[in-house]
Amino acid sequence: MSAVADHLATRRAMGFRPSRGASLAAFWALLLRDLRVLRKTIVVFAIRTVMQPLLLVFVFTYVFPKIGQGVGGSSSSEAAFSTLLMAGVVGTSMIFQGVQAVALPLVQEFGYTREIEDRVMAPLPVWGVAVEKIAAGAVQALIAGLVVFPLAAVIPATPVHLHVHWLFLLTIAPIAAVLSAALGLTMGTRVKPQQVPLLFAIVVLPITFLGAVYYPWASLAPIRWLQIVVLVNPLVYMCEGFRLALTSGVVHMPIWAIYAGMIAFTVVLSWVGIDGFRRRVLS
Amino acid sequence: MQSSSQGLAPTAAAALERGLACNLDDVIMTVGLSKTFPGGIRAVESLNLTVAAGEIFGLLGPNGAGKTTTVGMLSTRVIPTAGEACVGGVDIVAEPALAKQAIGVVAQSNTLDRSLTVWENLYFHCRYFGADKAAARARADELLAQFHLADRARADVATLSGGMAQRLMVARGIAHRPHILFLDEPTAGLDPQSRLALWEILHGLHGEGLTVLLTTHYMEEADQLCDRVAIMDHGRILALDTPRGLKASVGADTIARVATTGDPAAFAAALAAGLGDGARTETGDGAVTVFLKGADGVVPRIVALADAGGFAITDLSVSEPTLETVFIALTGKELRE
Ligand SMILES: Nc1ncnc2c1ncn2[C@@H]1O[C@H](COP(=O)(O)OP(=O)(O)OP(=O)(O)O)[C@@H](O)[C@H]1O
Ligand SMILES: [Mg+2]
Repeated sequence: MSAVADHLATRRAMGFRPSRGASLAAFWALLLRDLRVLRKTIVVFAIRTVMQPLLLVFVFTYVFPKIGQGVGGSSSSEAAFSTLLMAGVVGTSMIFQGVQAVALPLVQEFGYTREIEDRVMAPLPVWGVAVEKIAAGAVQALIAGLVVFPLAAVIPATPVHLHVHWLFLLTIAPIAAVLSAALGLTMGTRVKPQQVPLLFAIVVLPITFLGAVYYPWASLAPIRWLQIVVLVNPLVYMCEGFRLALTSGVVHMPIWAIYAGMIAFTVVLSWVGIDGFRRRVLS
Repeated sequence: MQSSSQGLAPTAAAALERGLACNLDDVIMTVGLSKTFPGGIRAVESLNLTVAAGEIFGLLGPNGAGKTTTVGMLSTRVIPTAGEACVGGVDIVAEPALAKQAIGVVAQSNTLDRSLTVWENLYFHCRYFGADKAAARARADELLAQFHLADRARADVATLSGGMAQRLMVARGIAHRPHILFLDEPTAGLDPQSRLALWEILHGLHGEGLTVLLTTHYMEEADQLCDRVAIMDHGRILALDTPRGLKASVGADTIARVATTGDPAAFAAALAAGLGDGARTETGDGAVTVFLKGADGVVPRIVALADAGGFAITDLSVSEPTLETVFIALTGKELRE
């Protein structure tokens, strides 16, 4: 037997489990822990998740058309607006929940007692703990996205014409979920814990207001500078992606641009977030 | 994602290369282990330690001595800036994720999971370390009973008293049956009764063969609990021995502290001359401390010498050396300021 194999065999006899298996088990258990906490706080989660899309859909697609201020003027363009808005609402609620689900608990974990120091003693690499945070946040972002559909079916006063393109939806939604959670990890690890709530005002609000939620990105053409500036906003690609996946006949960015933008943001934000997590945990 | 040394599968020879330097029966072994924090704070300097299996090893030192930093390095959370360390036969720098399987940690601050109940804290901890549902449940129940927390099983951890929280932290630290338990100031802030209760628990764990490294700034704790003690200050180990050996190193078995009227230095000279060979005196705080071998007749002799020199004794106490004495002898300052 080689020295390495010998060493490994002795380790096993001492009760060490192979790193990969132990890491995966720990990863899964951390995820179960987060889902348990989610289940305990389900009411808060539900309110947090439903409120924003509910109000958006209610005001824009019920109140406005009813009081004769429907966006678009004629009833057919009102319907078109409601349709394109729905994609934006899915994107907004996903990014909102993904960011909150990851960033807010980190405030407590990195806080004065540094609870996180216990979580990272689980037998997996520190970056694995960070990836788990993204995974748990992505699950919550997906749930938030799903919640919007029943609202879309029930509330609007004008018809909403959704055409689901499954191939696009089933690829865009998971990427959007991971992107949202990765943004949350970046925000939660790159600023001091006490300043995280402030980030909601200076990052999340601009992202949601300037994220091509209420209009397709293409229609920003008259304000060329803004159209270019908002390309640094990941929500733009998410909303365009959901328009691609959920509607027919609404203009959207080229498909390649949507995927490229989302994947690039996902990779960069994950890397920045995971690295930030390691820096906060290890010293 | 980066840093291949922390990868999920460091099974290959490359990652083990450094790890092979560790002896599988080095429960804790450090060579020149150092940590300099950004900004140049040298928290730990060139630490050389070997802890044997089943030992209770104490790191005794004042605030800022580098105890928590040492525990942080040995438990993979603080990355050493120099030196090497093996824990459970695993190189903690090369394979931190693997090393974590072998260690349990009770941190200095309360790191209980405040989003979970008392029982869930133990249950999920066991799951992190690979126990299945049934095993984790059974272990959580067993530990709650053993640590007298069963009636609080469903409580939020925020509602526990400090002593209960500390018991739960210890229970969690050993829940996955680690080979090595790190306890960072486990009894700080506990009342005497809770401290004794915790000592009992640690004695029990010692009996089961667990290796324990604990830090403390209570000398009685180091004295009564530890097989060996390292006295630490400013990031360095000043002395390392059994508590008995450390106390013997003072070179005296009796210490008399005498306060008198008059000049302490003059009285010290009188005592040194009168008590003869082997007596050593120190002055400070307006009193004279005498280190002697043999306690027989010390008090009458001191009183007689004071009378003869015309000093009036205002206070006199005789004691045996403690680790505090050792610390003062080594550093010239008291352990607790
Ligand atoms: N993350 C850090 N960054 C910079 N300096 C640090 C950090 N952690 C500890 N130090 C410094 O390192 C030194 C040793 O600190 P450490 O916490 O190890 O001491 P300690 O012996 O545990 O003290 P205490 O009894 O107060 O817990 C101190 O000077 C401290 O200020
Ligand atoms: Mg400390």
